[in-house]
Amino acid sequence: MPASSPAAGLLRRSGRRWLACAGVVALVVALPFVGLALEALKGSPGLWAHLVSSILPVALVDTVILLAGVGLVTATLGTAAAWLVTAYAFPGRRVLEGALLLPLAVPTYIIAYAYLDILHPIGPVQDAVRWMLGYESPRQFRLPDIRSMAGCILLLGFVLYPYVYIPTRAMFLTQPGNLIDAARTLGISRRAVFWRVALPMARPAVAVGIALALMETLNDVGAAEFLGVRTMTVSIYTTWITRTDLPGAAQIALMLLLIVVGLVALERWARRRQGYAGDTRRNRGMTPVSVAPSKGVLLLAAGLVPVLLGFVAPAIYLAIEAWKRYQFASLSARLLHEAVNTIVIATLATAVTITLGLLIAYAARLRPDTGWFLRVSTLGYAAPGTVVAIGVLIVLGSADQLIDRAALQWVGISTGLVFLGSGAAVVYALTVRFLAISAGGIEAGLSRIPLSLDHAARTLGQSPSGTFRHVHLPLSKTAIAAAALLVFVDCVKELPATLLLRPLNVETFATHLYGEAARGTYEEASIAALAIVAISVLPVVLLSRVGVAGSASSTSARKHDTIEDTRT
Amino acid sequence: MTEPAVRLQKARREFGSTAALDNLSLDIHQGEILSLVGPSGCGKSTLLRVIAGVETLDSGHVFLSGRPVDGDGFIEPEARNVGFMFQDNALFPHLSVRDNVLFGLKKRKDTEAAARAEDLLGRLGIAHLAARFPHALSGGEQQRVALARALAPEPGIILMDEPFSNLDQGLRQRVRDETLSVLRASGTTVIMVTHDPQEALSAGDRVVLMRGGAIVQVGTAYDLYDRPVDAYTAAFFCALNAVPGLLRGGRVETRLGTFAAPPALAPEGATTLYIRPDAIDISTVPGAIRARIRRRVFLGATEHVILAVEGLDQPLTCATSARLPKDADIVFLSVSPEKVLIF
Repeated sequence: MPASSPAAGLLRRSGRRWLACAGVVALVVALPFVGLALEALKGSPGLWAHLVSSILPVALVDTVILLAGVGLVTATLGTAAAWLVTAYAFPGRRVLEGALLLPLAVPTYIIAYAYLDILHPIGPVQDAVRWMLGYESPRQFRLPDIRSMAGCILLLGFVLYPYVYIPTRAMFLTQPGNLIDAARTLGISRRAVFWRVALPMARPAVAVGIALALMETLNDVGAAEFLGVRTMTVSIYTTWITRTDLPGAAQIALMLLLIVVGLVALERWARRRQGYAGDTRRNRGMTPVSVAPSKGVLLLAAGLVPVLLGFVAPAIYLAIEAWKRYQFASLSARLLHEAVNTIVIATLATAVTITLGLLIAYAARLRPDTGWFLRVSTLGYAAPGTVVAIGVLIVLGSADQLIDRAALQWVGISTGLVFLGSGAAVVYALTVRFLAISAGGIEAGLSRIPLSLDHAARTLGQSPSGTFRHVHLPLSKTAIAAAALLVFVDCVKELPATLLLRPLNVETFATHLYGEAARGTYEEASIAALAIVAISVLPVVLLSRVGVAGSASSTSARKHDTIEDTRT
Repeated sequence: MTEPAVRLQKARREFGSTAALDNLSLDIHQGEILSLVGPSGCGKSTLLRVIAGVETLDSGHVFLSGRPVDGDGFIEPEARNVGFMFQDNALFPHLSVRDNVLFGLKKRKDTEAAARAEDLLGRLGIAHLAARFPHALSGGEQQRVALARALAPEPGIILMDEPFSNLDQGLRQRVRDETLSVLRASGTTVIMVTHDPQEALSAGDRVVLMRGGAIVQVGTAYDLYDRPVDAYTAAFFCALNAVPGLLRGGRVETRLGTFAAPPALAPEGATTLYIRPDAIDISTVPGAIRARIRRRVFLGATEHVILAVEGLDQPLTCATSARLPKDADIVFLSVSPEKVLIF
C-alpha cells in the first residue's frame, strides 16, 4: 500500500478547520499589502525619479538615525529600569514598578505636542531658566530647540522605553535565582552578575522590546511631523495627502516595509529564545538585595526620572491646560461624542483582534509546521499605520466599488461605500495593525502550557476544539486579558490609520488632537489629549496589577518548588 | 485467536534525517504488560505517541484490536480508547483532583460519571484529595491522580511514558507496584516506556529493547537477561567483562579457562567472551587463576571487586556477597561456565 503523502496527512487530521480559519486570517491580513504592491507598480517613472532624487535620501537617513537613537535610548532606559526594580529592595519599589509603565499611556504625538509648548522659547520652563540665570528675553538666551532630531529621539525614547522595560523585567523576575547564586559562588560580584548573567539571559527580551519600540517609532507620524523630522513615514503621509500621489506613497511604503521586515525577523528570533527561557518559570526567582536608606532614596529618584519626563510632566501640563479650557468653555457635546466614537471603535477592534489572535495562535500550536500563517498574520504590527491604511484603502475601496456596481446592476440600488463609510475600514486596519500583539501575547501564554496537557485531553476524549475550550482557554485567561488590554490601549492611541480611514464627520480624540495641532489652533486639544492619556492609563494600571499579582502568587509557585524538589 | 491489542506493521517515522521509528513491527497482546526500554532517543516515546494518535506515521500501519487507526483512515486520539500517563503527570492545573478524573467522563451521565470517579478515587486511596488542586499534591499523589484519570474512561490500553521517573527511588518502586497491580486487576493492556533497565525487567510480562528506532530483542525479562541476542542487549541490562579468547574446535580458549562455544558460532579465530560480574567467584583459597585486588566498591548486598589478572589488559569486575578479609590482596577466581556469553 502506498504511503500517504505528508500533505494528505495534513488535511486528514482534525484541526483542519482551525487551520483553514488561520489561513483565511493570514490572507485577510496579507491583502492590504498585496494591494499596496499592486498600487505601487502603477507609479509612473517620472514620479519615481522625483522620489529618488529629492525625497528618499533625506527620509532614509533621518529614519535610520531616528531608529538608532530611539533603539539606544529605549534599550538603556528600559533595561536599567527593569534591573533597578528587580535587583534592589528599597522603599517605594513596588510603586515605582508600576509607575515605570505610565509613559506607555502617552502616545508619541501627545508627548511631542506637550513638550513643544512646555519647552517653547516663551514657555514656562525657558522662562524659569532665564529667570534663574538673570536673562531678560529669549533673544539673550534660549535652550536648544526641541524641534530637532535629538529632541525627537529623546521624546520618543522617554515614552517608548516601557516596551523594553516590560519584557526585560519579566525576564529578570523569572530568571532562576539559583543561576544567580551559582554565579556568585563562582566569584562574580553582585554588580558583575548583571553584565555576566542577568543581561545575557535577558537579551532575547531586550531584543523583543527594542523591536517593538522601533516599530512604534516607524509608526509615528505626529511627533516627527511636529518636531520637523522628515522620516519615511512622514514622507508617505505628505506624498499622499498633499500631492494625492497614491502610487508614490505606496512606493515609499514598500521601501519602509523592507526595514520593517528586518525588525520582524529580530522580534521573531528573540521570541523563539524567549520560549526556551520560559522553561525556568518554576524556579525560585532572584531575591532583591536590600540597600541602605540613603542609597534607596537615590535609586528611587533615579527610577522616577523617566516617569517624570515621560508621564508626569506632560500629564500635569495637559491637566492644567485642560482645566483652563474647561473653565473657559466647559465640555462641548462634540468632545463627548468623540469619546463614544473612540471607545466604540477601540472595543470593536479589540474584540475582533483577540478572537482572530486566539484562532491563529491555537492553530499554530495544533500544527507547528504551519507556523508561517502566524508570521504572516503578525506582519501588520510592524507596518506603520499609514502603510496599513493605504493598503486597506486600496482593498476596501475596490471592494466597495465592486459591491456598489453589483448592487446597482442586480437590485438597482447604490450601496455607496459599504466598508469605508461604515468605519469597518478603521476596524480592519486596527486589526491588521494589532493582531501581532494579540497573537503574540496569546501564543506566549499557550507556550507555557505543556504539550502533554493537550495530549492528555485528546486521549481523554476531547477534540482539538474541546481541548481548547476546556484546557487552553482557562489556562491562558491572564495572557488573553493582558493582550486585550494592550490592544485596547493601542487602538485608543492609534492616530494615522484612524485619521485616514474614519468615515466622514467621525472624529476620535486622536484625530481631533491632530486636527487642532495641524491647524495650530490650540483649543480643545488638551482635553482630548488628557482623555487619551487617562483612558490609556486605566489598562496600564491594570497591567501593573497583573504584574504585582504575578509576583504575589509566588507562594503557590514556591509550593510547587518543594514538590519538584522532592521528586528529583 | 483474538486480535492483538496493538499491532504495528513496518511503522516508520522520521524527524529530519533521523528515523525515530525504522520500519518497526510488533504485536502486543490483550491484557499484557509490556516494558519498552532503550536509551534516550531510541524512539520508544515516539512509538507510544503513535499508538495514542498524537503523532502520525510517515508510512506503515497501526492496528488497535484489529482496527486500522493510522494511514488513510486516521483515527483521532479521542476516538481510540487509549489512556496515556505522562512523565510530568500532565494534570490540569486549573481543575481539582475530582474534575481531573471527571475530564474523560464528559460523555457519560453526570451521576454515572461522578460514581465512577468516586469509585476510582476510593480504590486508589485518594478520595480525601478530591477537592485539592494538583499543585498541592506530592509527587506520589499526583501519580495516583494521573492513574485514576487515565483509567476513568475504561481504556483498553494504557500507555505510560516514564511515569515513575519523577519519583524518588524509595517511592518509585512502591508506586509502580501499586499502579501495575491496579492495572493488572483491571485487565488493561499496558505499554510502559522506561529508560531504567531494572524497571523494565521487573515490571513487564514482556520486555522490548529498542535502539535507533528498531527493536533489538523482544521476550520475557529472563529471555533478555539470560539469553541476550547480542553484546549490546547483554550490556544494556548488566555491566559486562569482555575477555579476549580464541575459538578453536568448538571451544573458546581464554586466560580464564576454556568454555564450550554455541554450535553455530563461526569462524574460528579471535573472539570475545562476555562474563557478568556475578559469574566470577573469588576466594582466598588458592586456585588456578590468581588475581590482584585493585579496588573494592562496597554496595551493601554485594561488593564489586576490581581485579587485575595477569595476561588480561582490562581489569575484571566481579560481584561477590562473601566478605573478603579487610587486607586481602591476592585472590583466586573461577568462572561459572553456564553464565558465560558468547556471540
